[in-house]
Formats: sequence, structure tokens, C-alpha cells
Amino acid sequence: MQQLYAPVLQLEHLTKEIIELTFRSSYLAETIRPGQFLNIRVDNNFPLLRRPFSVYNVQRDTISIAFNIVGLGSSILAKKHIGDSLDIIGPCGNSFDQFIDGDYDTAILIAGGIGVAPFPLLTASLLSKKNIVTFLGGRTKELLVPNHLSNVKFATDDGSEGMKGTVLDLLKKDLAENNYGKIRFFSCGPSRMMKAVGDFAKELGVLCYASVETSMACGIGICQGCNIETTTGDRKYKLVCCEGTIFETQTIKLT
Amino acid sequence: MNESFTLGSVTFKNRILTASGTFGYGNENPDLVDVSKLGGIITKSLSWKPRDGNPNPRITETPSGMLNSIGLANIGVHKFISEKLPKLKILDTKIIANIAASSVKEYGDVLELLEQQEGIHAYEINVSCPNVKEGGLNFGNDSKQVAVITKELRKKTTRPLVIKLTPNVTHISEFARVCESEGADAISVINTVIGMAVNINTRKPKIATATGGLSGPAIKPIALAKVFECVHAVKIPVIGIGGIMTWEDAVEFFIVGASMIQTGTANFINPSTGISIAEGIKMYCVKNSLNDVGTLIGTLETDKNVSVISSWL
Ligand SMILES: Cc1cc2nc3c(=O)[nH]c(=O)nc-3n(C[C@H](O)[C@H](O)[C@H](O)COP(=O)(O)OP(=O)(O)OC[C@H]3O[C@@H](n4cnc5c(N)ncnc54)[C@H](O)[C@@H]3O)c2cc1C
Ligand SMILES: Cc1cc2nc3c(=O)[nH]c(=O)nc-3n(C[C@H](O)[C@H](O)[C@H](O)COP(=O)(O)O)c2cc1C
Ligand code: FES
Repeated sequence: MQQLYAPVLQLEHLTKEIIELTFRSSYLAETIRPGQFLNIRVDNNFPLLRRPFSVYNVQRDTISIAFNIVGLGSSILAKKHIGDSLDIIGPCGNSFDQFIDGDYDTAILIAGGIGVAPFPLLTASLLSKKNIVTFLGGRTKELLVPNHLSNVKFATDDGSEGMKGTVLDLLKKDLAENNYGKIRFFSCGPSRMMKAVGDFAKELGVLCYASVETSMACGIGICQGCNIETTTGDRKYKLVCCEGTIFETQTIKLT
Repeated sequence: MNESFTLGSVTFKNRILTASGTFGYGNENPDLVDVSKLGGIITKSLSWKPRDGNPNPRITETPSGMLNSIGLANIGVHKFISEKLPKLKILDTKIIANIAASSVKEYGDVLELLEQQEGIHAYEINVSCPNVKEGGLNFGNDSKQVAVITKELRKKTTRPLVIKLTPNVTHISEFARVCESEGADAISVINTVIGMAVNINTRKPKIATATGGLSGPAIKPIALAKVFECVHAVKIPVIGIGGIMTWEDAVEFFIVGASMIQTGTANFINPSTGISIAEGIKMYCVKNSLNDVGTLIGTLETDKNVSVISSWL
């Protein structure tokens, strides 16, 4: 893990709502693993705290994040110029690596909105090993980014793309219609979605790995601000930034 | 140029420490910070038994600051000794163990156990903890309790004993005096300021415990005023904490009278803040032809009529 400055190379709207920000860092491009995040100081003064973003894509010595604008930090990022330098700490968190191998045939990737961010790298790691089916859900099609994924199916609340309904509705319907052999879930998105997906995985008796979000002050394990309640083991809480962000959903309490 | 500072039997290589709870147990991120360039590291508050801490969310950002309600989550002093201390001992800096407890006896027990360990150079006592006997009232808000804690712990150690005071009292100088008269070697000023933030859409507090501790640049003026009040009340050294992000901030605290400073929230943003501060102070001293950082301490120029408390009323 390092603290470094990376020059912005490109800022591109993937949809009306989702922006991809690309910057150069050979260190990060070499070291990052699927599912890890970067903690970015979006401005020298305000907001005060860094903002965590999953790594979206890596190409040679460039690396990118994908985000939508929800507040001050993300709106400042959206206004970066080419050549601006980004103050980054990373790579942070665990990765999907340790959960990829195992006795299953098909990886089922389930994302809600911008929760898709860690999936391009996960997909790249899975491609040579497993079959992949990806389910993307969002409010509207402006929240769906299918780039760098494999075998993608869509659901939107307003029916503007794919099935009208939630990604869970789509997932249930699809699994009823298809036989993917032995499956394993990987999910990322709003907590409620991940909880529902986790509950469904439990019903099916399959493993489900979710990348969890909490508020974070440091992102590097020194503030204890990012706790999530556990269901197993002797500790009531674990720290999302350094013991996660990826957990098997039955080991944590999602709300 | 002399940057060092001696407190009791311990000489710190410079006057910069990391604040409790803002640097883990001390060795979490060796790649990010060269701790040998810091005067010392203060551990997360340690209690006798492990503490889970409060539910999520524990953190929220506020204008120029943050609120936290970690709830003194820590691994407990036994695990600290077996798992963390061996790694801290080999660091080329001083280790200050911060202690939190819910009874006077617990403070004493934790300190006694640490007293048997090598590699602990000093203690900082966090009195901003609920006193179970008094129905959860904070020790730090009751000068009699602070006196008892200081007196009891003083009997048990010759290592430097620092009491960390809360700003959430009417006159912090009263607490400073009590610590001095019961034998503390220094006081740390300040812990976090009580604060609150509300999400207007859900109408829920932004942190699970409703109120929490405010830290960061937002509290720097408060911290400076409290240090100002304390340095005029006692002769023992005052360690300044609160919103220190830059070396200029640190110099302000020195001028007001702090003998050392701690960086807290700043570590979350730049884990190596303490090192940049130490370098900045050195440059400032060279530029101002000071051969000892100590000559800066308490050099505030005030009008004779300015009194410490409520001079603006
Ligand atoms: C490990 C991790 C990885 C993430 N990866 C991505 C990513 O790849 N792309 C992306 O767009 N976002 C991602 N996020 C969320 C992102 O960090 C927040 O959206 C961002 O911090 C908001 O900052 P802001 O200053 O724009 O908004 P703020 O002004 O801080 O907040 C605006 C609103 O967003 C909510 N919010 C803030 N932080 C979070 C959070 N961490 N989780 C949920 N809600 C939050 C606030 O409660 C508030 O309602 C990730 C979060 C974590 C913890
Ligand atoms: C997340 C967090 C955790 C803290 N934990 C402790 C603690 O365990 N013990 C303690 O004495 N102070 C604790 N503090 C208080 C700090 O040590 C410091 O006194 C305070 O944050 C003010 O300094 P700052 O503005 O530089 O952060 C904590 C502060 C924060 C922000
Ligand atoms: S965000 Fe600080 S410990 Fe996880």
C-alpha cells in the first residue's frame, strides 16, 4: 500500500449518470487485485476525508474508477481536468482472489447500479476459470454499465432496459429457467440488495461473496470507523476497510 | 537544532506524537509512515477486557471535521501485550499506552499489567469514559474522580503519567490543577468535543449513538483556547491536541504554550502528517534562528489586560 499522486488522463461519461475517471499509476496498475479500492483525497481542503472508490479497470499503466455524483466529493471528482493530480492511498481492502477458486462451474455476478464497479476486474480473473453470468440492475438504464463484463442480463425499475423489476427478480427468474451447473454468487450494490441476494443464496445453499460499503474515515485500519456486525466468530464486529470489503454474506449482518 | 523533549525519565526525539485512536495500535501501516521520525506513538485506548464498541455508523464528516462514536472498541490489554507490543518494541520511537476504563480499579489493573512490560515508555489516561459506579457519568467531567484516578495511578508507576482531559467541562483549568496536584507529569488537551449531525431525509442522527466526538480542523480554535487556559493554570507540560493538520497549526500550539502536540484526524487523511509537521517545524526554527524548538513554547504576545478566561465577554 502506498500514498501517491497520479495524473488524470481522461474523464468520460459512460452513461448520463456514470463517469469513468482514468489516471496513470504503474504501481497501482501492477498491484491492484479485483475488488480492492482506492482512498482518494478529492481536494486539498474540502471535503476533509478521503473518499473510497473501487477500481473499475486497469490497462497497462493506467487505472480507472467509475462513479456517480452523490455529493460534494464525487462532484469535485467529476470536474477534474486532464493533468490534475489525484492524491491516492491504495490498494486498500481484501480482494476477490481468495474466493474465486472452488468447486463450482458458473460465477453469478450481481450488481446494483454503480455496484458494478469492481466487476470488470473480477470478470477478467474469472474468464479463464469459470463460466460467468452477470446480472445488472438499476433505477434506469442510465445506471447500467455493461462494459468489460461477460454474458450480461439487465433489469431496471422503470423498464427502460431489460426486465422491469429488481435485479433479484431477474436473477430468480433466470435461475429457474437455466441450468448453470454448480454456482457461486458475487454481489455488489446497495446493502438491501446484497442482503436480499445473500438470503436467496442461503435458500439455494450456495456461497455468496459481497463487497460491502460503510462510511470510512481512514480506509487503512486505524480508525475503527467501518465496522460491520458479524454472525460468526468471537468478535461482534469486523472492519470493512481491511478485513473486507468482501465477506461471505452469511458471516455478516447486512441491513 | 534541538527538537527533543524530555518528560520525566523519557526523552522523545521530537515533540510530535500520534493521538490515541487515530493510529491504530501503532504499526498498522509501516509502508505509509516511517514512525522512527515521530517523537512517539500513542496506542488506541486499552481496557482490561476487549470492547466491541458501538454499532455502525460510527463516523460522519461534518464541516471541517468529523464525528465519531467508536465507543472505545479495542482488543483489550492482554491481547495488546501478546499480539501488538512485540511489534511495537522494535520500533525506533517511544510507545505511550493509552488506558480507558469503567472503574478506578480497572484503570489500576490495566496500568499494573502494562507496568510489568518492557517497551512501554509512558501512559496517557483517557478519562473520557463512563464511570459504571456513577451510572455512566463521565470520569472526565468530575474533578474529584480525575483526582482519584491520578492519585491511584501515580502510586503504581514511575513512568511518565499523562492525563488526557475532555473539553466538555466548564473550566478545564480546574481539572488541570487537580492532575498537577495529584502528581501527573503532564496533561493532554483536548479529547473530542461533543457534537451531533442529523440526516434530514431520514430524520435519523448521522451516527448510531446520536451524539459523538467532534475532531479535526473544526475544533482547533477550541483546543487552542483550552491549552491557553491550562498553561496558565499549571506548571506541568501541556500536550496540545485538536485539529492539527499542518506544521503551522503545531507552531500555533507551541506559541500558546503546548510542550508537545499530537495529530489525530489528520492521520486518516495523510498518515505521515506527523513527519511533515516535524520537517516544517525544523524549517520554521531555522528561518527564525531558533536552535531549540523549546524556545518557542509559550511565547505568545498578549496585552497585559488579557485574562485567560472569558476575556472577550
Ligand atoms: C469500499 C468502497 C468502495 C466504493 N466504490 C465506489 C465506486 O466504485 N463508485 C462509486 O460511485 N461509489 C463508490 N463508493 C461510494 C463512495 O465512496 C461514496 O459515494 C462517496 O464517498 C460519496 O462522497 P461525496 O462526497 O460525493 O458524498 P457525501 O456528501 O459524502 O455523501 C452524499 C450521500 O451519499 C451517502 N454516502 C456517502 N458515502 C457513502 C458510502 N460509502 N456508502 C453509501 N452511501 C454513502 C451519504 O450518506 C449521503 O447521503 C464506495 C464506497 C466504499 C466504502
Ligand atoms: C476515530 C477516533 C477515535 C478516537 N479514539 C480515541 C481513543 O481511543 N482514546 C482517546 O483518548 N482519544 C481518542 N480519540 C481522540 C483523539 O485522540 C484526539 O484527542 C481528538 O481526535 C482531537 O484531535 P484531532 O482533532 O487532531 O483529531 C479518537 C478520535 C477519533 C477521531
Ligand atoms: S475506515 Fe478506518 S478502520 Fe476502516
